[in-house]
Amino acid sequence: MIDDMKLVYLAIPLVCLFAAVIAGLFGRQIGRAGAHTITIAGVATACALSVYVYFDVLAGNTFNGTVYVWGVSDNFPFEIGFLIDNLTATMMVIVTFVSLMVHIYTIGYMHDDPGYQRFFSYISLFTFSMLMLVMSNNFLQLFFGWEAVGLISYLLIGFWYTRDTAIYANMKAFLVNRVGDLGFLIGIAAIYANFGTLDYHAVFASVPEVLGQTIEIFPGSEWSIITFICIMLFIGAMGKSAQVPLHVWLPDSMEGPTPISALIHAATMVTAGIFMVARTSPLFEFSETALSVVMIIGAITAFFMALLGLVQNDIKRVVAYSTLSQLGYMTVGLGASGYAASIFHLGTHAFFKALLFLAAGSVIIAMHHEQDMRKMGGLRKFMPWTYITAVIGSLALAGIPPFAGFFSKDLIIESVHHSDLFGSGIAYASVLAGVVITAFYSFRLLFMTFHGRPRMDQHTLQHVKESPMVVVLPLILLAIPSMIAGAMFIEPMAFGDYFTGSILVLPQHDVIGQIAEHYEGQSTVQVVLGFMLHGMLQPPFWLAVGGIFLAWLFYIRRPELPAKVAASVAPLYNVLMNKYYIDDFNQKFFANGTVGLGRLLSKYGDTVFIDGWLVNGSARAVGYFSKILKPLQTGLVNQYAFAMIIGLLVLMTWFLSVN
Amino acid sequence: MIALSDYLILGAILFGISVAGIFLNRKNVIILLMSIELMLLAVNINFIAFSHYLNDLAGQVFVFFILTVAAAESAIGLAIIIVLFRRRNTINIQDLDSLKG
Repeated sequence: MIDDMKLVYLAIPLVCLFAAVIAGLFGRQIGRAGAHTITIAGVATACALSVYVYFDVLAGNTFNGTVYVWGVSDNFPFEIGFLIDNLTATMMVIVTFVSLMVHIYTIGYMHDDPGYQRFFSYISLFTFSMLMLVMSNNFLQLFFGWEAVGLISYLLIGFWYTRDTAIYANMKAFLVNRVGDLGFLIGIAAIYANFGTLDYHAVFASVPEVLGQTIEIFPGSEWSIITFICIMLFIGAMGKSAQVPLHVWLPDSMEGPTPISALIHAATMVTAGIFMVARTSPLFEFSETALSVVMIIGAITAFFMALLGLVQNDIKRVVAYSTLSQLGYMTVGLGASGYAASIFHLGTHAFFKALLFLAAGSVIIAMHHEQDMRKMGGLRKFMPWTYITAVIGSLALAGIPPFAGFFSKDLIIESVHHSDLFGSGIAYASVLAGVVITAFYSFRLLFMTFHGRPRMDQHTLQHVKESPMVVVLPLILLAIPSMIAGAMFIEPMAFGDYFTGSILVLPQHDVIGQIAEHYEGQSTVQVVLGFMLHGMLQPPFWLAVGGIFLAWLFYIRRPELPAKVAASVAPLYNVLMNKYYIDDFNQKFFANGTVGLGRLLSKYGDTVFIDGWLVNGSARAVGYFSKILKPLQTGLVNQYAFAMIIGLLVLMTWFLSVN
Repeated sequence: MIALSDYLILGAILFGISVAGIFLNRKNVIILLMSIELMLLAVNINFIAFSHYLNDLAGQVFVFFILTVAAAESAIGLAIIIVLFRRRNTINIQDLDSLKG
């Protein structure tokens, strides 16, 4: 049985890789239909097998082992290995399902694009990389998957490579991710230096031996090794999961086609950081400092990025900032040791955020690639399916029961509430404030796009129609889990022993356990109803309702209000419009600073020092000394002979006097 | 009986004369050549004196070689001087300083 399963595990990523290679290298031969057929078949196979593996894992068949040794260097094996447990299986199902939906959707969205085959090849390759990342059983393979998804993200953001903005955005994404990856790499190196292995289970097993050891980073400051490793790993997660201050790349990544915004920059790749922290929970649990850092960074991201979503007019950017904010929520959950809550939110968020992005994409198709919400409005009548699914997605995002987002988000908020780590108070306030903002901007999007008077020009208005079936079908298929996934999984995932063995939570941090005590011994239905009832009496629900009401007031009832409010708090509004000036700061300080430093080095280092001193300088020195020695060369033979004789005499005198 | 030292003194005197000839001569390349010949002769005298004194014929054989080489050398030297004179119309040493730095 185990041998059979090993083949299944291997087949899941490899079938995606195979499809990607065929579509990428032989795209011209197999044509457009061939490219989407083979990649969709590949991902569908992977998805079916993932579901099979998922139920196999639920039945208790976990797996941890090496599949292939790639090379051995100084007794250190570079292994391709799989660790298949509940956490991995959950991620595999999410990744392959959302990827499959996006593949189908792409047929409609990229219909007229000349890079059709290339696009399918990339997203299949992305699925392969993401699967390698989540299925890994060691840090090195994790890093491989990590970099591979980063590369494909780069390729896809710059998919329309003739646009300057796309090239700028993909370069920015790549560079910002490098910053995070440097931290991640240092973290991995520190793990290897202190544990002597990169295998997850071996590392986690020897945590107690390393516990209490310290390391001196700067002279005079002692750090616990575990804290150091965790913070370095988390810096990696900050890059990939777009946490402040490394979040700047994610809004710009919307330059890419909408399907990849849904797949990579909302549902899967950006959650790699969340997954990684949950996976390394046996390390993070032993460092309260690191947990506090995680929580505070997450809280900052959740609150401040949500604020930015309020003022955006580009439909995709609103969704992008909500992604940032929701990633902040997940990070806060991690920091509060509510790993299960974060993974739960990761799953529900993957569904409803992919849904929202794809719905936005559907609107963009209908608007002839116009993304400004100020030129939309009234689309409800023309695009009923898109409208209904977008409403479901927005309700899930805002956290209204019984939609999926309510359960996972409320669980995170409750976890933070129960946490007593440093910073949990601020974090609780931020996530609560975030709820009202989230509800406001998601319904602002909905009202501006689908309600009110149509604001587009006459020509576009006449051509507005519902998107084709290949676009609507994924919307419907994603709307279903957006509705029910929360209620279905809250009991097993959060309160059961679903993640036992994958995620470690120390008793003193067990916030979800404290919440679970209220529901002990109840059936699933009782838990779901109880949780909903409890949630409706809590501030988050009323804050969300309040946010929706405000959005209704601002954009339906009194459409003149937003401009007035914006004018009355103009300074704040300007700060938000300029994204806290972080981009400008990065541009001025880091980008221009680097260019300036480069110029400086080029001028003084290269031109003056190397060229002027070393190269020309040595030539000049030789010239100077030869000028001094030149007069000795008279060209007169008798003088030479005289010198020879004198020399001979001197030498002989010396020789005789020495002996 | 002429002692070995007499021969050596003669050789040293000849050598000294030739060195002085090279130093003092500021005009003529031919005198330079002659001085070099004289130097070689001084060396030859030393060779022969020691050869006779040590009863070793190798020294005298060597002298023949040196004479041959010296003859070839002066032949080439004179030929060079002729070519030099044709090109530059002078064999004055003071004028032959194109190697001056």
